[in-house]
Amino acid sequence: MNKLMTCIECPKGCRLTLEPDGSHVLRVSGHKCPKGELYAKQEFENPLRILTTSVLAEGLTLKMIPVKTSQPIPKAKLLEAMEQIRRIKVQCPVNLGEVIQANFGNFGVDLVATRSAQKPKVS
Amino acid sequence: MRSRELVIVGGGPAGLAAALAAHEHGIRDILLLERDQCLGGILNQCIHPGFGLHYFKETLTGPEYAERFIQRVLAIPEIEISLRSFAVKLDSKKTLTYLTPGKLETLSARAVIMATGCRERTREMIHIPGTRPAGIFPAGLAQKMINLEGWLPGREIVIVGSGDIGLIMARRLTLEGARVKAVIEIQKESRGLVRNVTQCLEDFNIPLYLRHRIVKIHGRNRVEKIEAAEVNDELLEIPGSRFEMACDTLLVSVGLIPENELIEMAGAEIDPATNTPKTESLNHTSIPGLFTCGNAFKIYDLADGVTKDSLLAGQQAAEFIRSAS
Amino acid sequence: MKTYDVCIIGGGVTGAAIARELSRYRVSIALLEKEAELAFGVSKSNSGIIHPGTQNPPDSLKGRLCVQGNRLIRSLARELGVHFVEVGELIVISDLQDLPQLQAIKADAEKLGVPGLRIVDRAWLAEHEPNLSPDIPAALFAPTAGIISPYRLVYDLAENAARNGVEFFTGHPVMGITRVETGFVLQTPQRNFHTRFVINAAGLFADEISRLIGVDDFTITPRLGEEYLLDKKREFTTHHLIFPLPTPESKGILIIKTSDGNPMIGPTARSTTDKTDLATTDEGLRKVLQNVQQLVPCLHERDIIAYFAGLRPAAGDDFIIRHEGRAPGFINVVGIQSPGLTAAPAIACMVAGLLKKAGLTLHRKWFFHGRRPASVHLFAIPFSQTEKLIQKDPAYGDIVCRCEMVSSKEIRDAIRRGAKTLDGVKFRTRAQAGRCHGGFCTTRIMKILMDELHLPVMAVSKRGPGSELILGSRDHA
Ligand SMILES: Cc1cc2nc3c(=O)[nH]c(=O)nc-3n(C[C@H](O)[C@H](O)[C@H](O)COP(=O)(O)OP(=O)(O)OC[C@H]3O[C@@H](n4cnc5c(N)ncnc54)[C@H](O)[C@@H]3O)c2cc1C
Ligand code: SF4
Repeated sequence: MNKLMTCIECPKGCRLTLEPDGSHVLRVSGHKCPKGELYAKQEFENPLRILTTSVLAEGLTLKMIPVKTSQPIPKAKLLEAMEQIRRIKVQCPVNLGEVIQANFGNFGVDLVATRSAQKPKVS
Repeated sequence: MRSRELVIVGGGPAGLAAALAAHEHGIRDILLLERDQCLGGILNQCIHPGFGLHYFKETLTGPEYAERFIQRVLAIPEIEISLRSFAVKLDSKKTLTYLTPGKLETLSARAVIMATGCRERTREMIHIPGTRPAGIFPAGLAQKMINLEGWLPGREIVIVGSGDIGLIMARRLTLEGARVKAVIEIQKESRGLVRNVTQCLEDFNIPLYLRHRIVKIHGRNRVEKIEAAEVNDELLEIPGSRFEMACDTLLVSVGLIPENELIEMAGAEIDPATNTPKTESLNHTSIPGLFTCGNAFKIYDLADGVTKDSLLAGQQAAEFIRSAS
Repeated sequence: MKTYDVCIIGGGVTGAAIARELSRYRVSIALLEKEAELAFGVSKSNSGIIHPGTQNPPDSLKGRLCVQGNRLIRSLARELGVHFVEVGELIVISDLQDLPQLQAIKADAEKLGVPGLRIVDRAWLAEHEPNLSPDIPAALFAPTAGIISPYRLVYDLAENAARNGVEFFTGHPVMGITRVETGFVLQTPQRNFHTRFVINAAGLFADEISRLIGVDDFTITPRLGEEYLLDKKREFTTHHLIFPLPTPESKGILIIKTSDGNPMIGPTARSTTDKTDLATTDEGLRKVLQNVQQLVPCLHERDIIAYFAGLRPAAGDDFIIRHEGRAPGFINVVGIQSPGLTAAPAIACMVAGLLKKAGLTLHRKWFFHGRRPASVHLFAIPFSQTEKLIQKDPAYGDIVCRCEMVSSKEIRDAIRRGAKTLDGVKFRTRAQAGRCHGGFCTTRIMKILMDELHLPVMAVSKRGPGSELILGSRDHA
């Protein structure tokens, strides 16, 4: 049985058709670029997502610091990862791109700030 | 009254790109007004990825996308940035008044670019009958509460309208531990990008009710439940199709409208149906030297579109200033 | 325990006007309000019209008090610094055949003493109200009709009353009344109030209060009215209040000017049994639009930016204002439906008279602070004045609500003057009342409320307990 899915790699959102064979994919069609084919295979075998969220900060210019995982993590683990996120509190200034937590939640990825937060200037 | 070459109102991606382009095309006296405490506009609360694929050929989150422009603008001394500065009046001679803590300033500009972005359409604009309790939020406000303040506006959520902000918020709320019970869309198709239906709804088994509308909101102090119904081709309720859904929160994501009140105040022609200025050529309004760009000009799906449009507007404004002198 | 001379139940415009009137005298007064703030009952959702007194039967109490109230409100507004504008009203007809009806309304109103009435013709209308449908051949012009902000009137009355010693207890619902030798004991969940006299101004719930002392010869039958607010851009589409010919049930669907600038269209009229039913409906919207487009064709559904429903607390056709002989010391002020806002100052004087007759000695205070400085609203003043204010206090330049141009200074002042909730801030300052409905400014206002009142975010509410906005927070995880 063929499987249908939507590619989420770019806003075009191609409708992809997969011909699976057991646990892997034989053929993909419908993609307008090679990213689609890779996505389909990955999504079939082990769907991954980048987690973007925000973590609590204290004593910095931002109350919440937006973060992302440096690499995608298993889709099924997103809610579990959020449990970890809720426990984080950042107190030191961070720059955009800086790692907030290495090997975040044992997923083998880093948690990276996507915006800078400084100590507020005392005026 | 001070006079300036170019004044840009709005420090989101549109205003930033317009400032860069105007500078690149020779303008050396630029004032950029932003009412918020920081630059970046709405992108600061759009912490999800999906920006920059066209312009930077990579996928960035909103704050990352904004930061690239902010750094470039900050590096140019001829672009003066005035934060917490709120433009309140503009006339056809391009005299502009703004308020900032401690000061009311009026100045005249040779060219003005309005990059004021957009606001969300509200529950009031689509007329959802029923009561007016706490718990009804524009989706963008809920996004701001969660992403910038760490506040959770609800636990049992129904979302009306399948615009991208609504879809993104369905995922965001689910990640924060809320239960999104349904997204209700009156049209036959989602208004948002298909990829967002996939990664924001399907990933979390959130049902999308197409061809449905909310016919009543219940609850005196806080939302208690909604009634929804299927609609026919004329978008009228199909008798017998009503059902109820308990919830404490209703997010409204029914589209955006350009913020063009100042342009209208200045006397430029506005199309009342879309609230967008009628333009002479591209971004030039019917008032010479008054330009508009980004979401204030028209609603773009992607920030990349805003950037492209605003770079052009900055260039046009620079050319206008040069040809007029 | 302290015994008050007078306890007023209900903090709407009726209760607030009575409190302010009585605060001239050397009596101790408490006002008890069940909602989190004043003016959260009928007085928050009405048309804000100061009626001239037309459309009332010539022998009615409400007619008499309306005409008096219309006169009194002018000096009152000046003393309190509330914005009152005499815009005038037009009762229009769509067919010259209806002219006799207009003349009858004019004759009735003249009997009540309404000044300045005249019938105007098409030429007058074309000149003074150009957007009115050309099919309208004539109208009755009542120049003394005006507009006021109904909730700001309540807040300013109350603030001035408090300045003169009245004690206000919001969030204090009266649940029981017992009669004792010295008068009455009013029970609220927090505490009891001993008082010699009680004034029942409880609006929609006045029948329930009255029943507590055994007077049950009236019932409040709420009549629901839906109103739709238009964008400020429409402020000058019309110049007068525009009324159709009244029907036996109501004054009809009107085009209203408001002191905030946004025109309003409505209200509908539908009887209901539910005193908490404040739902608007599709039918209501259609009816309102259809009716007003016949009067002013250029109005469009697109212009609507907000809507609400209000309940008129009707107890029969007229106001009931009387001292209850069966419960000496208890004064009912009930059935205060339209034109209750207009009549409020006159009602207050009448109640003072009833109290005197019932045995309360009313001596004037040596010092009565009758005036209060007008609250600042940046949207209502010229820039030159704004500039001076900002120089005095920089926070006037810190704009929070961009649609209505409300500064953080105005919001903090409103909170210091008694606002406790988002709606309280909105009614006092207009922040969140504009076209974006708080999409931009709500979080900022919440933070100011938290700061001023030392509240955690989860205690910030729209209109009191049960209407909190935030159900969880990372800092409380
Ligand atoms: C749609 C509409 C349009 C109208 N337009 C106009 C107009 O244009 N002009 C005009 O003159 N009039 C108008 N009216 C009428 C006017 O609004 C009312 O007459 C007036 O507001 C009544 O004020 P009130 O103080 O008597 O009642 P309310 O404002 O309801 O005050 C009563 C208060 O008592 C409190 N209360 C109740 N029970 C208790 C208790 N047990 N313990 C403590 N407190 C209690 C309530 O919470 C409430 O705050 C309109 C009415 C409606 C519904
Ligand atoms: S296949 Fe390529 S073009 Fe199509 S959606 Fe995926 S990434 Fe975009």
